[in-house]
Amino acid sequence: MLLIDCPCCGLRPETEFRCGGQAHVARPEKPVDVGDQDWSEYLFVRANPRGVHAERWIHQHGCGRWFNALRDTVSDRFVETYPMGGKPKSTTTEARA
Amino acid sequence: MAQHFRLPSGGRIDRSKPVSFTFNGSKIEGYQGDTLASALLANGVHFVGRSFKYHRPRGIMSHGSDEPSALLSVSRGPGRTDPNNRASVVELREGLVTKSQNHWPSLNFDVGAVNDLFSPVFVAGFYYKTFMWPRSFWDKVYEPFIRAAAGLGVAPDVPDADRYANRHAHCDVLVVGMGPTGLAAALAASETGKRVIVADEQAEPGGSLLHASEETIDGKPAAEWVKETLAVLDARENVILLPRTTVFGYYNHNHVAMTERVTDHVVDPKGAPRERLWQVRAGHVVIAAGSLERPLVFADNDRPGVLLAESVRVFVNRYGVLPGRKIVFATSGASAYQAAVDAKRAGAHVTISDLRLEADCGPELAKARAAGVEVLTAHTVIGTVGAKRVKGLIVAPVTGAGAIGPRRTLDCDCVGISGGWTPTVHLFSQSRGKLAYDEALDAFLPGTSAQAETTVGASHGDYDLARCLTAGYAAGAKAAGSAATARFEATPTLKGFQPVRVMPTDANPAKVRAFIDFQNDVTAKDIKLAVREGFQSIEHVKRYTTTGMATDQGKMSNMNALGIVAGQLDRPLPSVGTTTFRPPYTPTTFGALVGPARDALFDPIRTTPIHDWAVEHGAKFEPVSLWRRAWYFPKAGEDMHAAVARECKAVRDGVGVFDASTLGKIEVVGPDAAEFMNRMYVNPWLKLEPGKCRYGLMLKEDGYIMDDGVVARVAQDRFHVTTTTGGAARVLNHMEDYLQTEWPDLNVFLTSITEEWAVIAVQGPKARETIAPLVSDIDLSPEAFPHMAMREGRICGAPTRLFRVSFTGELGFEINVPADYGRAVWEAIYESGRKFGITPYGTETMHVLRAEKGYIIVGQETDGTVTPDDVGLAGMIAKAKADFVGKRSLARQDLVASGRKQLVGLFADDPSLVLEEGAQVVADPNQPIPMKMLGHVTSSYDSPNVGRSIALAVVADGRALMGTSLFVTTPGGFTRVSVVDPVFFDAKGERINA
Ligand SMILES: [Zn+2]
Repeated sequence: MLLIDCPCCGLRPETEFRCGGQAHVARPEKPVDVGDQDWSEYLFVRANPRGVHAERWIHQHGCGRWFNALRDTVSDRFVETYPMGGKPKSTTTEARA
Repeated sequence: MAQHFRLPSGGRIDRSKPVSFTFNGSKIEGYQGDTLASALLANGVHFVGRSFKYHRPRGIMSHGSDEPSALLSVSRGPGRTDPNNRASVVELREGLVTKSQNHWPSLNFDVGAVNDLFSPVFVAGFYYKTFMWPRSFWDKVYEPFIRAAAGLGVAPDVPDADRYANRHAHCDVLVVGMGPTGLAAALAASETGKRVIVADEQAEPGGSLLHASEETIDGKPAAEWVKETLAVLDARENVILLPRTTVFGYYNHNHVAMTERVTDHVVDPKGAPRERLWQVRAGHVVIAAGSLERPLVFADNDRPGVLLAESVRVFVNRYGVLPGRKIVFATSGASAYQAAVDAKRAGAHVTISDLRLEADCGPELAKARAAGVEVLTAHTVIGTVGAKRVKGLIVAPVTGAGAIGPRRTLDCDCVGISGGWTPTVHLFSQSRGKLAYDEALDAFLPGTSAQAETTVGASHGDYDLARCLTAGYAAGAKAAGSAATARFEATPTLKGFQPVRVMPTDANPAKVRAFIDFQNDVTAKDIKLAVREGFQSIEHVKRYTTTGMATDQGKMSNMNALGIVAGQLDRPLPSVGTTTFRPPYTPTTFGALVGPARDALFDPIRTTPIHDWAVEHGAKFEPVSLWRRAWYFPKAGEDMHAAVARECKAVRDGVGVFDASTLGKIEVVGPDAAEFMNRMYVNPWLKLEPGKCRYGLMLKEDGYIMDDGVVARVAQDRFHVTTTTGGAARVLNHMEDYLQTEWPDLNVFLTSITEEWAVIAVQGPKARETIAPLVSDIDLSPEAFPHMAMREGRICGAPTRLFRVSFTGELGFEINVPADYGRAVWEAIYESGRKFGITPYGTETMHVLRAEKGYIIVGQETDGTVTPDDVGLAGMIAKAKADFVGKRSLARQDLVASGRKQLVGLFADDPSLVLEEGAQVVADPNQPIPMKMLGHVTSSYDSPNVGRSIALAVVADGRALMGTSLFVTTPGGFTRVSVVDPVFFDAKGERINA
């Protein structure tokens, strides 16, 4: 079982968390102005990389806060976690190294 | 039998404590400290089972957890029977009932042994080749055959009577193994004061030192050193010593799982659990799991009486048991010589047959000869004599070039075989560490660690006692953050072996059955065949031949199988790869994994404060998510139909009372609460006055209905939101997600208040009169308290949030009171309503009443692909709002296209026919198959108030089909229905405003 570093609580076991899919997919400011194609991209299309992936996670059975994480989908390694609205310290290329 | 093979003295058994058990019905005696294997051998029993595929007689091969063949059913009493126990790891305990497996009718005479004669049929991949065609055989012939043949023992068929515990633990250093290396590591790690856990799968700590004969450590006999070391460790408060504890799984971030066998060896556990599952999070893991001996591969090497050489030594030295009177050791390495010398000293007639040339042997040769052991060097093994017990070993001289000389049969009743050693790298491999092949040791050794882990000692290919101790100590210290080292003096170990895959033979290779994997009956021939058929990766060969499957997991077979594949392909061994070892290291009971999560703790059941009242009043219950809800309240002699009909009439004619406490409830609080609600629900909220309620409809971003419920604005900055019973957690998560991640600027707090409030729905024309005497501080008159209003006040003196709402279409109230007052208020209402014939009703009546009114239930009329317009709720949408979750999607092409399924009512032509929920709707029952499905029935009931059956359905363009006829599937065919308005009762909605 992985340990995940919740920005609020520190290292906690994986079973307390839930993954919320790809991070940094912002809801459009004015959805009604978004065209059909772009809206369907927003709704349904997500990245599925082999390697480092930015994801949303929530510490569901802990503080209840959402945060972001860089996770390597090959090794399951959490490269780093960072608060909602924040940016990761490492770039994807660095994280892969 | 009277322990004829027990030595007169020696061993670590307690001869003052005889223990009796049964094997296949015969009573057998051993001693405290025996395993089943040592006790059976002490009584001369070798033949204890039949093999998996060929049903060949099999005996005890090993003293440890690598035992492939001696698998017994062991019973400790009713509900305490397990199959497939390795005799070598079951501690003897008074009264055990043990049985051999995989034979019929008896161990000695087994019909399945005929498989042995037909062995050409059972070649590698025979499952894949045999059970192909004809197709009609799959279900009726092949599957029953495979199921009957698969597996060894018989699974228990009664509930497990034992209790299992679990425990989570943290430590700085976890040491796996209490052999010399592990004990030295534990000493060093605990010296620092760090928290140390030390686990070993055996009953007694000490590992290989427990069967030491001549070995000394720092001048002391090895067993003495073990005793003193354990005393030191035991006295340290920072050390947890766990014997009988198998580390079976090594997962991410040093999460290590182990099972402790707490009471299997105790006659009266006094309520203690059988096993305890430990989940340890370790700062550093030191793996000192030792090594496993390899068998030699030659014809009929599986006969009872053939043991691993080191196991012979263990039975002699540790258990005081001589596995045979005339023992031949067949070896290609040095360690078997020590076993031979010890067996000779114990009184056996001993011969060694060594594949190695005289010049390639080390000091072991002189030592054995000095002890009076005859040694045949440069000899191969051609095969064995004997079926149910080995009677002789056929050996022959072999030259360096491979020429084989004349055969000679060595009479014997026991053979000790040794093909060298394999480091136990299972846990290292599970931790995702990379293995590296070491040609000199002919073994895969731990290479690069993937986690905070160190593998040391024999697990790392180090077979010298002094070096294991020194390296173990250093590794333990380092794991605890110290640089301490210690020097140990110890007797040099006889070590070194010549790797051999299959012993050279002059026999016809087509007729030779030389077993690689004893448990799965895989021979060298099978592996060669698999390679000839094109399987080149060891992972494929493993699956095709089943070698290294089941409990073996490559413990005995891995290196021999790899070596044969590499030899056949003429490639270096590492290029064939090694199999990935996966948890568990040894079989783990389901009980340990399940732990306390069974029976009442398997799945929690939620009940309301009024639950017990409903039980006392004879309610039948139904599960709704984790809740148990009162379904209906039958009176004496009533069936469900009669009870529901009575309840339905009572609500419309007088008054009914319903426990709605399971409704999800969320309090949305803060200066931006109304703005937040405005974005989360389709409805307008900004102008809703405090004290007013509104039916809220929630969409997912894709535009489909997610949930619904009545929402009251309690204050300017406070909403009391209700959700569906099953949707409470989902809705809160959904709200939290948007609040935290999209609109963190909104000043809003969300709190789940589902359990804080009991909710009592009082519904019917007499509802007001029923509650009026109990309510204070609230004017209940229709003018002061209209439909969809909410007031705070008191009922029976308890604070209440009183909603005037209705899910029945009648005058109704939903009374929220703090949960602790729930039952008292319910009883007061019930008492007050008696003069009006107040009737408690359950969820079934609730469903019928709302269906009579055409009210949808999310999850019944909707299925995650239904829009507000589909169910006639487009009017709820605040058109003026610029945005809310789901708004943009309502304009998606598919959601505005014609042909969408719309909510309608259906009347079957036969008013007594209740359609089946889920039944398909078609226009023409005579059209060719596949028919065009127009939709399906979502709700269907017999309605006492409408006076006939009613149904709700979603039908393509249904609203345009009002008045037309359609057809609905029935168990017998089709029935004709007419499409009607989905509101069946009080279409004008007058009653609700009474
Ligand atoms: Zn947290």
